[in-house]
Amino acid sequence: MSLRESPLGELKVPLTWTAAVAVIVAVVATIALLVSDRRDAFRSEAFGTTRGAVDTVLTPVGDALSAPGRWTGAGVDAVKGYFFAVSENQKLKLELQQMRQWHDVALALRNENARYRTLLGLKTDPPIPMVGARVVLDSRGPFAATRLANAGSDQGVRVGNPVMSENGLVGRIVGLTHSASRVLLLTDTASKVPVMIDRTNARAILTGDGGPNPKLAYLRGQDPVREGDRVMTSGDGGEMPRGLPVGTAVKGLDGRWRVVLASDKAPIDFVRILLFQDFAQLVNEKELEERHVPPPTEGAETVGPTPPAAAPAPAMAKPAVAPTSSGPRAAPAKPASETKAKAPTARLEPASPKKAEGQKTARAPLRPAAKPGETRSVERAPPQSRPYRATAPKHSAAASQEPPH
Amino acid sequence: MSAARSLEPWRWIGIPMLQVLGATVLFGIPIQVWGFHLPEPVFPMAAVFAWAVIRPSIIAPLATVAMGLLLDLFWGGPLGLWGLCLLVSYGLVLGGRSMLAGRSRLELWAWYGLVTAIAMAVGYLVTGLKDKAFPGLMAMAWQYLATIVLYPFAHRLIDMFEDADVRFR
Repeated sequence: MSLRESPLGELKVPLTWTAAVAVIVAVVATIALLVSDRRDAFRSEAFGTTRGAVDTVLTPVGDALSAPGRWTGAGVDAVKGYFFAVSENQKLKLELQQMRQWHDVALALRNENARYRTLLGLKTDPPIPMVGARVVLDSRGPFAATRLANAGSDQGVRVGNPVMSENGLVGRIVGLTHSASRVLLLTDTASKVPVMIDRTNARAILTGDGGPNPKLAYLRGQDPVREGDRVMTSGDGGEMPRGLPVGTAVKGLDGRWRVVLASDKAPIDFVRILLFQDFAQLVNEKELEERHVPPPTEGAETVGPTPPAAAPAPAMAKPAVAPTSSGPRAAPAKPASETKAKAPTARLEPASPKKAEGQKTARAPLRPAAKPGETRSVERAPPQSRPYRATAPKHSAAASQEPPH
Repeated sequence: MSAARSLEPWRWIGIPMLQVLGATVLFGIPIQVWGFHLPEPVFPMAAVFAWAVIRPSIIAPLATVAMGLLLDLFWGGPLGLWGLCLLVSYGLVLGGRSMLAGRSRLELWAWYGLVTAIAMAVGYLVTGLKDKAFPGLMAMAWQYLATIVLYPFAHRLIDMFEDADVRFR
């Protein structure tokens, strides 16, 4: 009897098709989720409520599940400590002898450094407070390498904080709840950390690929790294402090330079979360923005094209003067909308909102006529150009006639 | 007659789903044995393969997505990655279900290996596009090996439920 003639055969085809439709709908839904996922944004709001809720639930579960492993490890350590006490004692005595010599060297260097600092007036980084946490769950796959630590925002942890084991850098915080934090390991494909080679000071980006040894990408210079070179964080970008130990450089089987992570020397059960705040967080940005840049000296040479005094200044000229060395931080990070909103607080010349709008819309047609370099300087400078107008009403009047920028 | 009874979804979908998720959490414990981490197999792959072989269903793809999302949340990966990978394997097996019928254990194991490889290739491409960095092939190979050795679990599930619903023999 063929399938069609069977009384039950009719059931098979429709259900298969319905299942196929369900698969297609589910695929579309997951692709939409995947596209909208902002895991790579590394912001606390991108972490999401769902992820936070799951991590909150998983933390005590993982803690309870890993407890037998911890107890077993502690028991094994105790037994080993008892049986190997003599050899351990000898090893420690030898180590102590070597450390005493290093202690003397360190004291001398500390003294010397303090004198240099005083002489140079050097301002060193402030000490970084730390929070200890226990790793309760981890993932080690090729597509995601993260750990869940049992310290969260209640302990002062923030997104972006570096995480270290007793041996070296482990990763950084990418998600937070009140009591738990998700650590993105250096081996994750989404992890990119600016590092430097201790010997040559050469810079590179440590890029994870799911394997145990992340790659050193964007290495520059001739012979910047050799086998066995120490790799540490460079602090570039301000996300991490400079000088955290990362590992040792090795040549991989694929011919690329890779790093044997220092944190892999021992199991990572406890971690230290450095409550590090980068420069942008430490300074009072509001205060910096309110500082007025002095107007340029008459007749002095300036960077970029300077407009002739009589003729109406081209749109690019005035802001190009702004980035002087004495100026505060340039405001490239400020979006146009924010700049516009802050205009009244900077006590500017009564630049009406209408005019500000005009400036914004008129900027676009001017761009093609300008050189690329000039366009860039215009976009970076607006907050600094405003105080000029505020302090020099003449300029302000002229500005209302000249093409807005 | 017990054979004529319709198959309850909680028996062939619900319980295996809980089992594989439990195993995933268990293998997520950060312990090292003689300096080696525990392997990280994709346990849900076995259940997904078996579900598609046992019978077509509307609940199974939904359960597959749910498991994928939970994997992403648990492992901290991009949301939707494992949902997509598992759905691709489910769809492939569902499409070739008539070819798989009556095959020996070893042949099915080979099919399972192939489907797992395709699912991981999808994960490789998606990760590369999303993170602008492709995962290392060695790391993928380890996870692949750890996953394909789970086939006996899938086969046991198939043996248990393949003939449970007479309409899909």
